[in-house]
Amino acid sequence: MASTTQQIQTPPGRRFRPRSTGRAGDRIFLGLSRGSGILLLVIMASIAVFLSYRAAIAISKDEGNFLTTFDWNPAGDPPVFGIAVLLFGTVVSSVIAMVIAVPVAVGIALFISHYAPRKLAGAIAYVIDLLAAVPSIVYGIWGALVLVPYLEGLNLWLDQFFGWTYVFEKTEIGVARSLFTVGILLAVMILPIVTSVSREVFLQVPRMNEEAALALGATRWEVIRLSVLPFGRSGVISASMLGLGRALGETMAVATVLSPNFLISLHVLNPGGGTFAQNIAAKFGEADAFGRDALIASGLVLFVLTLLVNGAARLIIARRKEYSGANA
Amino acid sequence: MAKRIDVSGLSAYYGSHKAIDDISMTVEPRSVTAFIGPSGCGKSTFLRTLNRMHEVTPGGRVEGKVLLDDENLYGAGVDPVAVRRTVGMVFQRPNPFPTMSIFDNVAAGLRLNGSYRKSALNDIVEKSLRGANLWNEVKDRLNKPGSGLSGGQQQRLCIARAIAVEPDVLLMDEPCSALDPISTLAIEDLVGELKERFTIVIVTHNMQQAARVSDRTAFFNLAAVGKPGKLIEIDETERIFSNPSVQATEDYISGRFG
Amino acid sequence: MSHATTVRDIPTPAPAAPKPGLSSRSLPRLAPLGFAVAAIVLGVGLGLAAGWQSRVQWGLISALFFLVISYVTTSVVENRRQARDRLATSLVWVCFLLAVVPLASLLWTTVSRGSERLDGYFLTHSMAGVLGPEASGGVYHALIGTLEQVGIATLISAPLGLLTAVYLVEYGKGALARAVTFFVDVMTGIPSIVAGLFILSIMLIAGLEPSGLMGALALSILMIPVVVRSTEEMLKLVPNELREASLALGIPKWRTILKVVLPTAIGGIATGVMLAVARIAGETAPIILLVFGSQLINTNPFEGAQSSLPFYIYEQYKIGEAASYDRAWAAALVLIAFVMILNLVARGIARWKAPKAGR
Repeated sequence: MASTTQQIQTPPGRRFRPRSTGRAGDRIFLGLSRGSGILLLVIMASIAVFLSYRAAIAISKDEGNFLTTFDWNPAGDPPVFGIAVLLFGTVVSSVIAMVIAVPVAVGIALFISHYAPRKLAGAIAYVIDLLAAVPSIVYGIWGALVLVPYLEGLNLWLDQFFGWTYVFEKTEIGVARSLFTVGILLAVMILPIVTSVSREVFLQVPRMNEEAALALGATRWEVIRLSVLPFGRSGVISASMLGLGRALGETMAVATVLSPNFLISLHVLNPGGGTFAQNIAAKFGEADAFGRDALIASGLVLFVLTLLVNGAARLIIARRKEYSGANA
Repeated sequence: MAKRIDVSGLSAYYGSHKAIDDISMTVEPRSVTAFIGPSGCGKSTFLRTLNRMHEVTPGGRVEGKVLLDDENLYGAGVDPVAVRRTVGMVFQRPNPFPTMSIFDNVAAGLRLNGSYRKSALNDIVEKSLRGANLWNEVKDRLNKPGSGLSGGQQQRLCIARAIAVEPDVLLMDEPCSALDPISTLAIEDLVGELKERFTIVIVTHNMQQAARVSDRTAFFNLAAVGKPGKLIEIDETERIFSNPSVQATEDYISGRFG
Repeated sequence: MSHATTVRDIPTPAPAAPKPGLSSRSLPRLAPLGFAVAAIVLGVGLGLAAGWQSRVQWGLISALFFLVISYVTTSVVENRRQARDRLATSLVWVCFLLAVVPLASLLWTTVSRGSERLDGYFLTHSMAGVLGPEASGGVYHALIGTLEQVGIATLISAPLGLLTAVYLVEYGKGALARAVTFFVDVMTGIPSIVAGLFILSIMLIAGLEPSGLMGALALSILMIPVVVRSTEEMLKLVPNELREASLALGIPKWRTILKVVLPTAIGGIATGVMLAVARIAGETAPIILLVFGSQLINTNPFEGAQSSLPFYIYEQYKIGEAASYDRAWAAALVLIAFVMILNLVARGIARWKAPKAGR
């Protein structure tokens, strides 16, 4: 390589040198960028490995049943802790959040994509995106200091008229620091993400599908029912699962609002219950080294749970891309 | 129930851009009228003003009158949804509802307009599919998705869907431009049969097609790019293709255009 | 298809219903406004009469009245189909308002409560020697903590995320790239507390002490996937012709990427990084686990406990005194302002850069 450079006397000879260093540069650059890709995979793998390792230490010394014990006392003698209540609380609060947030988010997404005047729609979409950026701790103190007092009346009312459903029966006096309130707050928090993903999908509905319905003499709602919703269904499902992933792992909003206990109750208006993330934030301060391992064990379960939900959401999105690509 | 269309002084806009200027014409019932002209001359835009589809395009606006028999489509209190039920439309690219079966595609318009007994619905769907010359090809797979058909079959499915609601007028916007020659022939034959029952307006960029299927032909042109399209002349198809009264028409038809 | 035809089901020759005319009776355009006013009056009236204290109920009842009134009136005056259309429109509006109310309340409360206590003193003093109930102290130590932790996290995540995105877009083919893409997506969904626990488990194994750096590491885990995703989107927007033009000049690929591709996309990449910064600036959970919190100013992120804005809010909230709530709201206002300014600037850059990149 060096000899070729010397053979050429004219100025262009200079141009050959960068090429040889270029190859080395290419190798280094490729190595660096591929290296960071691999590093990401290593991080993901080590999250699983490290959490599992510490969790194994904790679970092996647990004198209760990790899955079914209704208690969290790793510092006790013998140490007893279990995730039953946390799993229940996490799932119930997230389900409440989904039941409230998904229909409303689909409504707002339709409002932006098909109902609102153009300029207004752009502004609303922008504001919704900004709201996704509000930190969860701010939602948390708003929930605890503003929402909780407001919801007391609603809780009494639900108890009065829907108490017969068992779920809405309020058997304990106390402020509305319940799983139901947490669910409402989580619904407000995941609304922006579910809305913006659904809106994207609704805006992608091919014009000709909508015109097909219009030309048949369909009203605006019928156009949505015939062409927009069927096209957007899988997108809405994956948007909801992304929202669910957020709700499952939310820490601060739950930690500030909930007044936790270690009981499982389907009376969602009663104060009490707990979630994985909330329990970790609340118990960490007083935990000794072993207590931290116990919390890591519960975090591992949360990790797996969110991994499953998010993975499923991503698979649905990926499948949908292939499907719509084939049809375009 | 084919009806006559009387257009007078019709202009259409996209925002501030005027797409077609002051068009007046009459479309006879139970006949095929073809619109021809160079790209961008506004023939598709004009077609879409005939069932008030133009105004669903953002910024779309129409001035002038379109009388269907004696009723003005743009009159006060007229519901565009009702207009589109009376004036059906077939689009350039076949657009069956992708998630619906063949049967549901044809029944879609009927289900919007009221509840039918299952048997009545079956009969109308069969009649419409027969009317679109598609019945024999799909009768064994009515519950399969419509998107599984070939392009030509999909277009005939869209025609079946449009005629199932028994419109008075059928508008076709370059219905064969996305199809192969054999499918095109099938659609052209179908148009010939459908004119017994409907008033048909067809936009085409294929002059042979206009000559083959239409009774009357309208030629549209525009002075320059960015200028609004105008109706140059409308006459019996035979006359337009043999002895048009305007020089521009003859130039366009004989290929001396531009 | 109609083998089931019975005597009763004689095929109908044509749709039995007579065709309605083109025009039909319709409600005036401003009718929905009237419905809304009537519904609100009814809702408020009922709320006052029944003595419900919570205005949440008033609103919900009004919304319900609005839906019922629009549906019933339209189906009487127009027809069932129009009524259903109107119901859907009304529902969509109600959804929109339902979402706006809590979000507006959140912003309003933060601004009004926060501005009570927010002043120069608050921004320039720490909590050293201040007791919970005292109306004194400030957020200075937390601001320093947030800036340092977020800064370190950005220094780690931005290059890593950028390189990964370059790999995925410019080099990535095959199983490795697919795996990285999938796990970047999955990583986006990791709860912040889990990221915190991961670093905690490393700390437990390696015997490390809590410090700003540990928090920054956890924040990086949350930030990297966001940077990768947004950078990837931006790099994909760079037209291939640009790359080919450069390669055809004999410029090596790595220089093409550095000199042509990245500069073209730099506006969008900066936007993505800033949005990611805005996201992690509000994270509290990892800080609780890894940085521990402090009342004092600690400018060294590599040693000793620090505070951070979101942690400070949580801490003040937990004290539960009127004065500490005031401090929490004021800090929340500072945090929201910080995040919103980052967002607005980032989107501004995106908008300002977009037309040039588009052409």
